[in-house]
Amino acid sequence: MQLKSLFAATAVALVSLSATAASTLTVYTALEADQIKPYEEAFAKANPDIKIRWVRESTGVITAKLLSEKNNPQADVVWGLAATSLQVLANQNMLQPYAPKGLGQITPHFRDSANPPKWVGMDVWAATVCFNTVEAAKKGLPKPTSWEDLTKPIYKGQIVMPHPASSGTGFLDVSAWLQMFGEKKGWDYMDRLHGNIAQYLHSGSKPCTMAASGEYPIGISFEYRGAQLKEKGAPIDLIFPKEGLGWDLEATAIMKGTKNLDAAKKLADFAASREAMEQYDKNYAVLAMPGVAKQNPFIPADYSKRLVKNNFSWAAQERDSILKEWSKRYESKAAPKS
Amino acid sequence: MSSVVRRPLLARLGALGQAADGETRTAQGLVWLWVALLALLLGLPLLAILGRALLQGDGRLGFGHFGEVLDSPGLMQATLNSFVVSLTVTTIVLPLAFGFAWALMRSRVVGRAVFRQIALTPLLAPSLMPAISIVYLFGNQGMLKSWLDGGSIYGFWGIVLGELFYTFPHALLILVTALASADARLFEAARSMGASAWRQFFTITLPGARYGLLSAGLVVFTLVITDFGVPKVVGGNYNVLAVEAYKQVIGQQNFERGAVVGLMLLLPAVLAFVLERRTARRQQAAITARAVQYTPGRDPLRDVAAFGLLSGVSVLLLALLGVGIVASFIGYWPYNLKLTLDHYDFSQIDGGWAVYFNSLKLATATALLGTPLVFLGAYWVEKLKVAGVGRQVLRFFAMLPMAVPGLVLGLGYVFFFNHPANPLNGLYGSLALMVVCTVAHYYTTAHLTAATALKQLDNEFEAVAASLKVPFWVTLRRVTLPICLPALVDVARYFFIAGMTTVSALIFLYSPDSSVSAVAIITIDDTGNTAAAAAMATMVVLTSALVSVLFSLVEAWMARRRR
Repeated sequence: MQLKSLFAATAVALVSLSATAASTLTVYTALEADQIKPYEEAFAKANPDIKIRWVRESTGVITAKLLSEKNNPQADVVWGLAATSLQVLANQNMLQPYAPKGLGQITPHFRDSANPPKWVGMDVWAATVCFNTVEAAKKGLPKPTSWEDLTKPIYKGQIVMPHPASSGTGFLDVSAWLQMFGEKKGWDYMDRLHGNIAQYLHSGSKPCTMAASGEYPIGISFEYRGAQLKEKGAPIDLIFPKEGLGWDLEATAIMKGTKNLDAAKKLADFAASREAMEQYDKNYAVLAMPGVAKQNPFIPADYSKRLVKNNFSWAAQERDSILKEWSKRYESKAAPKS
Repeated sequence: MSSVVRRPLLARLGALGQAADGETRTAQGLVWLWVALLALLLGLPLLAILGRALLQGDGRLGFGHFGEVLDSPGLMQATLNSFVVSLTVTTIVLPLAFGFAWALMRSRVVGRAVFRQIALTPLLAPSLMPAISIVYLFGNQGMLKSWLDGGSIYGFWGIVLGELFYTFPHALLILVTALASADARLFEAARSMGASAWRQFFTITLPGARYGLLSAGLVVFTLVITDFGVPKVVGGNYNVLAVEAYKQVIGQQNFERGAVVGLMLLLPAVLAFVLERRTARRQQAAITARAVQYTPGRDPLRDVAAFGLLSGVSVLLLALLGVGIVASFIGYWPYNLKLTLDHYDFSQIDGGWAVYFNSLKLATATALLGTPLVFLGAYWVEKLKVAGVGRQVLRFFAMLPMAVPGLVLGLGYVFFFNHPANPLNGLYGSLALMVVCTVAHYYTTAHLTAATALKQLDNEFEAVAASLKVPFWVTLRRVTLPICLPALVDVARYFFIAGMTTVSALIFLYSPDSSVSAVAIITIDDTGNTAAAAAMATMVVLTSALVSVLFSLVEAWMARRRR
């Protein structure tokens, strides 16, 4: 296997050397590492002359990176970043408005409302709680069904969730609680939840992988990682809390000032195309293009109705102050001890 | 006879006559070239941190960013935590390492060489390896979870345990040296005066090693306070300064605050360094030329105790290394214990197997670039008699990296080499810059190894060569280099292993095309795929071990050829 990989690596190196003259797009993304390859292959099939150089980090890191490079942008395209984050960039006038081919087929509220739009949605990802049934049985933990349940004293030290500053999944949880419960009640909810949280983790995946391996019985995560781990045989149930699910869109945008505008447009076209949607469908239940999605056995049929109302422009505007307040409340104190 | 006397005199006269002949000019040029190189690799990046921390938004200098940091309670808590953790580790590791060193040097336990090798194995692993093992041993699904009696390993004790593993060999190496030089006459005198073994230990052994203890303590303290791998994996919500610097710079791209935190990390390291240097100077005078080398006598009781200590610590160290390796072959801990190679299929992670090959490239290039750079630099310092000021500066630069934590050096490289005005900024994100940074980071130990070897060569070689009008580069190539070859192999091995295992500086410097194994372990662990992280760490350990053995074979072969 090593030899094959070495050969492949050499081949890639050679190809990328010869392709730099043609067009190599630097693409920033917060997609999961295990999702990227099929997306890239599908794109390469449609556009064999364009190479992609991925820069992948968690949502918070990529957002911070893009903002810090404002005066000297390194990315050509952002493919697979939270719409909330892209709206932050749009507010700072960093995105190139572009209407990809087939924009008409995209659900209107899954794209930027400006015309032409500055970002276009790909799919919805939403909060899901991973619940390890084996460990819960050992510890005598009842299965929670709501967000409110998670604050019960019995779950003290049993829950992990993503850190909202680094993880997009973490941020959509916090943003949804604030929008769903109202600002005051939302923070009050998080205060109570904080007492039960064992760790705030870097990524949105890790809470579910930790729940799946029984490290902590409950992980606040998102449906893709939950469904994927369940399919692999992890002893987890996926819980969709009944108050409603926080969500965000994975979306695509072109960076203003890119030197590869033509290639960037091709990628934007592809990201909104039916072929691409068929790829997204393997991972997510609700797509920006209606009529493509097939039912995932682990995700309920009425899933799209469970999503809370999400106001992207509010979330984008408040993102900074929400994160500051969150850090003040839950980071400056010493860690909660179980 | 008369010609022998006259020759150097003539040579000296000749040198006076043409003070700046070709050879002298070359020598001067080389010294200053090395000074310039090290200024570029070390001095300027460190200055860049200072500049970044002090430069305010309006372009003036000031302490605004320091104020921000002092104002944020999270950072102050992290500072406090860092100090508490570092002190705790130092207090635990010192007696352990001292006891181990004592058992190695002052007992007659069979297999001491093997124990010594075991104690040094942590050097082959990135600091993330013990952290991963700790998760499998003491995590909530850990094999030995019951030992914790309901407590959690994530946080303070997890960090302490991981750092014990990581710092133990560093402390041991210093203490073994400190105990190596004992004057047998003192022990004889004590025995004849009827002093018990304990009394001998407390009045002779311990005081004799006090400088070594101090210096080991300072080294351990600095290593812990600046390490980032262990707390990242098992720190839980226990924030420490090194992780905070990472969060500020990578997570929030707040470079100014990162620079301030970097300076905060630099401060204890520099203090420790200054203290260490001062005591080292006094240490050298502690042993006189008339000392008689101590050899331990027969004492079964002592040997049993020593054996217990040696084997106890060795088991602990091997467990913290081995558990991670074994875990990388387990299907799905703790539910499916079938053995598998699945976790070695790195296709699901950023970069895949390419990151491992990048590590090999980085380590090889570090050894290939670092060894000649360090050796020649050491030669200029030790053997050339020109450019006195230049050699002083060069010596200072060679010692400087010891006081600079990798994390801080990495930050300096970001600020300096990623500056738009720097003509070298094209290097940023490349493997080449990462190689350069690793060489700079590990320069001191390599330099000391080379300098020690050079000091053992009589300066007469150069004097005779000069009198025969043989230029120094010929002496260097024909005489010095062949004799110093074993030291060179040592330096190359040291650089290779450093290149395989280092993570602290590189975490700020890699780009998607140049990510390396040790960095990938962190990003893999961030997604929660601990088994794949363990697999990657295992690849690093096995490679370092294999290369280390290869180097030893080369050394043995060279030794045989010389005989």
